Order: sequence, then C-alpha cells, then structure tokens
Amino acid sequence: MDRGKVVSNALHAQQLGKRYGAHWALRNCNIQLPRGCIAGLVGNNGAGKTTLLHLAAGLLRPSTGSIEMLGTPSHNMAMLLPHIGFVAQECSLYRQFTVSETLIAGRKLNPAWDESLARSLVDRFKLPLKQTIGKLSGGQQALVAIIMALAKDPELLLLDEPFSNIDPLAKHEIGKVIMELAFERSLTILISSHVLADLEALCDYLIILAASQVRLADSIEHIMEQHKLLIGPSESFDAIATAYPVIQASHTGRQSTVLLRTDEAVSHPAWEQQDLALETVVLAYLATQESSWEAHASSILPSFQKEVFS
Amino acid sequence: MIEFHLEKRTGVAPYMQLVQQVKQALRLGLLKPGDQLPTVREVVSKIAINPNTVFKAYRELEHEGLVESRPGLGTFVQKSLANSSDPDLQEALRHELRRWLYKAFEAGLESEDITALFADTLRQLQKGDKPSLT
Repeated sequence: MDRGKVVSNALHAQQLGKRYGAHWALRNCNIQLPRGCIAGLVGNNGAGKTTLLHLAAGLLRPSTGSIEMLGTPSHNMAMLLPHIGFVAQECSLYRQFTVSETLIAGRKLNPAWDESLARSLVDRFKLPLKQTIGKLSGGQQALVAIIMALAKDPELLLLDEPFSNIDPLAKHEIGKVIMELAFERSLTILISSHVLADLEALCDYLIILAASQVRLADSIEHIMEQHKLLIGPSESFDAIATAYPVIQASHTGRQSTVLLRTDEAVSHPAWEQQDLALETVVLAYLATQESSWEAHASSILPSFQKEVFS
Repeated sequence: MIEFHLEKRTGVAPYMQLVQQVKQALRLGLLKPGDQLPTVREVVSKIAINPNTVFKAYRELEHEGLVESRPGLGTFVQKSLANSSDPDLQEALRHELRRWLYKAFEAGLESEDITALFADTLRQLQKGDKPSLT
C-alpha cells in the first residue's frame, strides 16, 4: 500500500471490532478519516460510539481488525499519547484537585503543554482557579476537560459526547473554541453526539453508527450530493426502486416518498426531487437499521420513517 | 460588515445559510460593492462553524460573481443585488403584498402557511406554469 496515503489518514480502521462475550459492541468497522477533517460520530445511545472512541484512544484493544491513528497502531500508545487529546464522556479529572492544580498536572505530564492557551481559555470561561473540580458545575467540568485536551496541543482530538449535560451557551462557546483551534492548528477532530443538530455546523465529515455497525462514513458534502429525496406516484415506485439503491421509502395512498443513494442525476418525469436536510439522511440510516434489528421499532416511528425494503 | 448567524434544525445546510445571508444583505443594500466580508477566522470564532463550511460559502459566492477574494487581504463584495427597478413600482408592489398578507392573516393563515404557499406558488411559476390572473 502507498505509504504516503496511509499517513494522510488521521484515523484508519480496518475490519475493526470489539466483542464483550457474545455481544459485539462494534463490528466490521472500516473508516478512513482524512487529516484536518472535523468528523461527527452520530448514533443512538448504545450504538457503539464510545467503544469506537475508546478504541481510537487506545483504551481498548480490538477483538478483530486494526485501528491506526496518525499512521501508528493505536496499541502503541507511548508514541501516540502526546499527539492525541481525548475527552471521555464521564470527564476524567481528579475531583479533589483545584482548577489551578489540574493545570499544573497537565503541564507536568505533557511535554508539549501550551500554558498560555490553557490560561487564556480558563480566563475566557471565567473558571475559578481555586475551586476544586468536584465543586464545579457539569458544564464547567466539561470545559476544564476540553481545555486540558486542547492545551496538550494534540494533532487529533477525540471528544465523547462533549455537549451532554452542558447549557446551550457553554455549548456554543466550546464549539467556537474548538473551531478556532481547528482553523489555526489544522487539528483533526472526531466528536460524538446523539444530537445531530449539535454537530452539523461543526463537522465536514460524518460517521453514522447504528447497532454496532458503521452505516455511512463520508464527507457531508458528498453525502448531500449522493442522497436524493423524491416524491412521486406509488405506481412507478418499482421503476425507481429497481434503477437506484433505495435507502428508505414510505407510501401513503397513491404517493411515495423515497430516499435514494446514487451519484447519478435522477430524472424521472413523474418524480419530483425535494430539498433534502442532512437530518433526514441520518434518521433514515438510523431507522433502517433499527427496524431490521428490532421489529417493533417501526410501529413507533413516524410514517415517513416506516420503510419498505425493495 | 455583515454578521452571520446560524439556525439549527431549519434543514438548510449551514454553508447555504451563509450564502443566503450574504445575498439577502446584498439585496437589501446592507452590503455594497467594495465592502469586506468577515474573515473565516472571524466567522468561526463568532458562530461556531466549521472553517471549511465558511470557505465553501465564500467559494460559492465567488463562483456566482458576487464577491472576490483578494489573497492576503480578504473577501470583498463585487456586485450588488439591490433591486434597481423603479422605487415607486417597488413601493406599489410592497403595498399590494401587505394587503395580500393582511387577507391571509385574516383567513387564519400562520406565517409558516404563508411562506409555504408563497414558495409553492413561486416554484410553480418558475416551472413554467402560467400564472392564473383572475
């Protein structure tokens, strides 16, 4: 394989899987994240997002396949550690440390520690230096954890649900800080959330996980080019369904709504192409998986999400 | 200078929101030829948006000939979209539109119904359906 190409990936997973007993937390995972991209990892709770991030951070060993970060296998943590910033969902700070002591620990533990960045972010968010971590609000704790990861000056930043438990204002502020640094330092970022709305503006790449498998991993630009939402008469649905791959379809009376995935331009006189939102695509992928996985799920989904497989 | 904002859950892609906001400002005369658009850095640190998305929006505007990027200096407005038609005619149209909107509100339509009706009618017209003037 072309070596240059391998190294240009910030993350490269091949047939990656993680099994706990009989349960696969993640399987058949193939992803190549280009350097410099900001990737969103979406999926329902329990879909395997945290497992993937822990594998990427070297906290878990793969059961199958491999995962390379910045061209180095993730189990080679000694080499990778200084280059990866990881913020776990349950932010892993010492609760008895003050903010100030936490920063000192960061400085002593990380060779490339950026003290001025850490200080400026602590000032910006008005974090109380003398307060212990345990007494900070959930949002403030998340901020400290993110500041610690950023001040390591990593090449790759892994954020597991950074926006849960924090108020909308802090969410927005964190988003701004991360985007600023992404711009200034060409960081690669992988950030998970079960709320697409939190990610859409931040990301240019998207990974959709459902039931422990990657359903889609692509640049958002290509996802939006490739997927087409059409409305037309049910009688000619078969003609469309045989010509193009159908991701999701719903039928109400004489009318059908269909989501296609094709690079070709779709033109059929009776079918009208609709404006498509990224959320529609994501929901379709999450829903298709669920109904084949858990049959009763389809009965509680809105009508558009009840799919008919062609 | 224009200040961007982002609406979540509108279904409109973030880059398209930026494009539309610039065009809207050009139409309303809030942006004029020679005006500078905010730098990517400024937009990113104001509205928490992916830098590539801002680049993409600016590229799109440049492609349409509305702005010009001058390396090392920034992105500048090149063309206005302000309607150059007769101001009296514009005022007359606005007056008619107001009356129509008033009728629509009277009939119990909400803003969203009106927007949908307007967009649908406009689409029909653009597809070449003859306007039925009765």
